[in-house]
Amino acid sequence: MSRKTLIPIGPYHPLQEEPELFKLYCDGEIVKDIQWVTGYNHRSIEKLSESKTYEQVFFLVERICGICSTSHPFAFANAVEEIAGIEITDRTKYIRSIIGELERIHSHLLWVGLAGHFLGYNTVFMWAWKYREPVLDLFEMITGNRNSYAMFRVGGVRRDIENHKIAEIRRVLGEVKSKTDLLTGAVMDDPVIHARTKGVGVLTRQDVIDYGAVGPTARASGVAIDVRKDDPYAAYPLVDWKVITSEAGDVFAKAEVRLLEMYESISIIEQCLKGLEKEKEGEINVKVTEIPEGMGNGRAEAPRGEVFHFVVSDGSNSPARHKIRAPSYVNIATFKKSCIGQTIADATITLAGVDPCYCCTERLAVVCDAHSGEKLMNAKELIERSAVRTASLNKEFNCNK
Amino acid sequence: MGFKNYCFRKSLWVFHFGGASCNNCDIEILDCLTPRHDLERFGILLVGSIRHADLLLVNGSINKHDRERLVEIYKQAPKPILVVAIGACGCTGGIFADSITFAGPVDKVIPVDAYIPGCPPKPEAIIAGIVKLVNKRR
Repeated sequence: MSRKTLIPIGPYHPLQEEPELFKLYCDGEIVKDIQWVTGYNHRSIEKLSESKTYEQVFFLVERICGICSTSHPFAFANAVEEIAGIEITDRTKYIRSIIGELERIHSHLLWVGLAGHFLGYNTVFMWAWKYREPVLDLFEMITGNRNSYAMFRVGGVRRDIENHKIAEIRRVLGEVKSKTDLLTGAVMDDPVIHARTKGVGVLTRQDVIDYGAVGPTARASGVAIDVRKDDPYAAYPLVDWKVITSEAGDVFAKAEVRLLEMYESISIIEQCLKGLEKEKEGEINVKVTEIPEGMGNGRAEAPRGEVFHFVVSDGSNSPARHKIRAPSYVNIATFKKSCIGQTIADATITLAGVDPCYCCTERLAVVCDAHSGEKLMNAKELIERSAVRTASLNKEFNCNK
Repeated sequence: MGFKNYCFRKSLWVFHFGGASCNNCDIEILDCLTPRHDLERFGILLVGSIRHADLLLVNGSINKHDRERLVEIYKQAPKPILVVAIGACGCTGGIFADSITFAGPVDKVIPVDAYIPGCPPKPEAIIAGIVKLVNKRR
């Protein structure tokens, strides 16, 4: 009989910026099973959102995650605009896409750096984070803040990108592009990185489909899903770009997809800037008088995959129900496939490989009463309870019409 | 200068506790260590264990799940230790102060020496805050 050793990673571990607990059950060096404990980061955002007005919710959903702080407002705006049937102006579309793509560049650079750090290759970490700074400076110039941009509102954006700023954006993009060349060359040709990441944490195409993985995690296994193509929004149907995929499904393929996506993002921004020059300055808002009763789905492609927001409006000035699903929530489940059978040293980079963002992912689970200690719910009871809840919601909001 | 302050005279080693945060402050803290700001040249280093730390950086609102862990980490810290609350959430609870899982800003849980407000504070603000704190102890 083999004996398993439990190796906890976290919740406050030097490897992670965020609090999260992974339990690796190991036999010798090999990971046999993995468990994931959550809740350290829970802020009850869906509940808070119901107490805020539509204008205020943007500031709240922006703070779900600091790295994808455009994707959540993007999806929320799409959802509310679907309820109210608002058509935004072309200039707004371009501005929204520019912000979304700049965010993708900074997020992917951040990931490349952190992945290098997890491999113990701190040179890559320092490089990537150094080259990320110009993008943050650009954000500061456009929006006034380095991280939480507060650019979105229902029916438009809060600030215009004036035409005299376009030259500066082009200059920084050129700079970022040349640095990306350098970084891509360094990562793709490095024998150490090849040795550490090729064949590590492999997800097959079938695994991705089974677990419903999204974003670069899915695209690295040859599944070409991208909300920007599948359900186009903002300026993405107006510009020419392609979905990057790779076949191998290992950590190297994930890095490759992200690095190549940065070039696509740069090209999208350049085309959007051209579009922006043709539009009249200042036309960034349509007048919104009320949000009628109804339901809306909003999707947006975050750097990590699909962000999904579901909003129910009862005609008042705040959402009656707001449901959020972030990409990491489904991507993290793939650890059950990718980590098992790896050595412990490879498990860390596999965990980092999907670019997990735990602050998006938090769910609250009450399994027993903290004071009396009774009533432990099992999976069957939870499913039954969820079915009852869904039925009552359907009844309340007349979903079956 | 007493012995306690003498201890804080040179390289500060930092332990970072991320509470229920949105990750923005976390990446700005890491940003302080990367080439543009490069705090490591002053001997400021992120360490993996609280037992090696001179300074505890806490960011994010503290929720019911985190609270006991923060207290536990503070108990394990070698004294004297400086505690810095970073960001609007760390200082006051910020946008999450009304949340049902909120268990109080950092200073309701452990004693705090300095506050660095901002959402998120820029790396320059974080550096300025730490410098002020260190100079005050001199």
